[in-house]
Amino acid sequence: MADFWKRFSRNRGAVIGLAILAIVVLVAILAPLLFPQSPWRMVQRPFLPPFAMDQYPLGTDALGRNVISGLAYGAQVSLLVGLVSTVAALLIGIPIGALAGYFGGWADDALMRFTEFFQTVPSFALAIVLVAIFEPSIQSIIAAIAIVSWPPVARLVRGEVLSLRSREYVEAAILSGQTSLTIILRQVLPNTISPIIVLASLMVATAILLESSLSFLGLGDPNLMSWGYMIGAARTVIRQAWWLSFFPGVAILLTVLALNLIGEGLNDALNPRLARRGK
Amino acid sequence: MKDPVLSIKNLKIALPEGADRDFAVDDVTYDLFPGEILCIVGESGSGKSMSANAAMGLLPDLVRPVGGEIIFDGTDVLKLSEAEMMDLRGKKIAMIFQEPMSALNPLMRVEDQIAEVFEAHGLLTPKERAARAIELLTEVGIPDPQKAARAYPFQLSGGQRQRVMIAMALALEPRILIADEPTTALDVTTQAQILELIRNLQEKHGMAVMFITHDFGVVAEIADRVAVMQYGKIVEAGTADEVLDNPQHEYTQKLIAAIPKLAAEETEAPVGKTPILEVEGLNKTYVTGGGLFFSKPRVVHAVNDVNLTLCEGETLGIVGESGSGKSSVGRCLVRLMQPDSGTVKLAGHDMAQLSGDALREARKSIQMIFQDPYASLNPRSKVGRIIAEGPMAHGVSKQEAYARAVKLLELVDLDALAIDRYPHEFSGGQRQRIGIARALALEPRVIIADEAVSALDVSIQAQVLDLLADLKERLNLALIFITHDLRVAAQICDRIAVMQKGKVVEMGPAHAIFNNPQSDYTRTLIEAIPGREKELAAAG
Repeated sequence: MADFWKRFSRNRGAVIGLAILAIVVLVAILAPLLFPQSPWRMVQRPFLPPFAMDQYPLGTDALGRNVISGLAYGAQVSLLVGLVSTVAALLIGIPIGALAGYFGGWADDALMRFTEFFQTVPSFALAIVLVAIFEPSIQSIIAAIAIVSWPPVARLVRGEVLSLRSREYVEAAILSGQTSLTIILRQVLPNTISPIIVLASLMVATAILLESSLSFLGLGDPNLMSWGYMIGAARTVIRQAWWLSFFPGVAILLTVLALNLIGEGLNDALNPRLARRGK
Repeated sequence: MKDPVLSIKNLKIALPEGADRDFAVDDVTYDLFPGEILCIVGESGSGKSMSANAAMGLLPDLVRPVGGEIIFDGTDVLKLSEAEMMDLRGKKIAMIFQEPMSALNPLMRVEDQIAEVFEAHGLLTPKERAARAIELLTEVGIPDPQKAARAYPFQLSGGQRQRVMIAMALALEPRILIADEPTTALDVTTQAQILELIRNLQEKHGMAVMFITHDFGVVAEIADRVAVMQYGKIVEAGTADEVLDNPQHEYTQKLIAAIPKLAAEETEAPVGKTPILEVEGLNKTYVTGGGLFFSKPRVVHAVNDVNLTLCEGETLGIVGESGSGKSSVGRCLVRLMQPDSGTVKLAGHDMAQLSGDALREARKSIQMIFQDPYASLNPRSKVGRIIAEGPMAHGVSKQEAYARAVKLLELVDLDALAIDRYPHEFSGGQRQRIGIARALALEPRVIIADEAVSALDVSIQAQVLDLLADLKERLNLALIFITHDLRVAAQICDRIAVMQKGKVVEMGPAHAIFNNPQSDYTRTLIEAIPGREKELAAAG
């Protein structure tokens, strides 16, 4: 573990990313304490510019709602959607990839054609359709994002399993009489964990972007303040009130950037042999 | 005496922190004279390749020279800039590597790769380069050089690829050729040819050759002088005859003693013993290629009508070169591979016909030891788990399985505390012992060892072979020992089956195979064993 941390921290970008993400997580957790009032509540005159009043450092929006409070509650939504939808996508993708890679033959063909079916449909369009059908709510958004983002997981796991299946320790496990299920769970999958973790960290970032895009289009959960919704609502007044779309935009940028940096750091730390050479 | 072309003085190369020792090469001094072949011998991790890599400027990133000098042509190579090094490499010092497949660019034709050497140094016109490539290929004895020049590396055999590498190294008539284990990946017969080629070219061009190897047989074939390395130090140096016939240092003596002797002892024929495994008419073919319309599928008869019997307590060797089908036989026996036809009778059951639970049950009595001690243990499981998994899969309780694992570890001379450690904490030889313990966990009656000692250093190899022989005796096991190394086969096997192109060409008691081989192929194989002539001469 100490060794892992040493390699991770050698990538300075990754440490910065981790720091940014830590701040975002902290803000999301502390949101109800920092801003006890609902982010939907009107607190001041509309279009209060940032830094005009100490109480509302980032100003207010077209309806006089506190922008900074919206950002804090939006962090909750973004992180929740990012994490849960990634976990859900892993739960679909890993079993499909593992079965296809391990059994090969017709099982592989069937499962991979099924995966390709989802891959060939443009993922954002499919997500819009799914959310529109199921009525926008946090559950349906998470489900839609998970459904459009599992195919890369399945393909990655299949590739890893294909190469691990012919390893000698897997053959030894077959000879020792272990069942296919035990072999997949105990011998094969634990050895695919590193690339999955790296991919997952990047998937959280993509999921946050997808959620923001959906909310921007007005397909977000109407009861939850989210960054995408804030930008979407501000787009008509972008010339009078730049800060309304600017600050949520920066929040999305920083969070996604942080996750990408962390993903790269994890990649260096988990695959030390592939790590870029130190200059 | 002539002046040395390369002279290494008090070279020290530091390893990164946390390595098993501070210096990869510690205060090493030696000279390479023109027109001689100097062999640097050592086991893995002895630092034998490091001084050569330093001379070529090819050290890994975190490894750097910290003292001493490498004098070539009056200048210290270690102080040269990268641009000056580029001029030196290839032109004055050339190198060939162990694995020609990975040293050649798979997407480039052979002639282009040779021409590239000239191009890199800005020599000759493209037309002259192509002509020179053909000349070089002719010189290294590739059949049909015109055709080979147009071939891609994957279309050539291993030996031919190594010849291409040698042609590239010779292209600019270097004064020094560094050969880093150039024959380790090759079959014995090919190895003998390549060694002869290197010897001839060296004499013809008057080059100095630095030959790095772990194999004393190869040393006996080719070396003028020898330097033996251990833990980064040269422990003994001298002429080949001095070192091989009269080793002074304890380590050299130990290494030479560990080489399996070629003579097989006469053993009692297993009369009256019951056969435990009977293989009849085993066949396996691979079909590759065969597009929809154009190409004909390529059919390889990997196992062609093989018949074998194995008696209780007997060791049967299956020897052959790569591609002879020896591993396929082993895999068909345990059904890691489905044979096309034939019967494999193991204590009454036909292994070839079983499936599902019956197969799992039958496999308990036939287990396998694998070649690669690094790939055969799951890196994410603790050793105890690795050994206990088999019995647990057959319904033994966890407690009992772990208790048995401890006993097995003691049986293979490992500490019982090993059960709580991960495989990467062990050396190659220890890992192979863990692999043996795992194979024994199900109390099998037959063990198949597929190149089980090929990846190990000679001294470790000797220990593992002793362990196997001892266990066989104590547990009354029957052993099928698959190997490409005839020396190893001579040491451990009672009977030997020689395989070529999927067929058993000769089978008989070990001493008869070695002393009086019947088939031409066996004779060629035995004659190609490196160091054999020297051993015969020594035996008188």
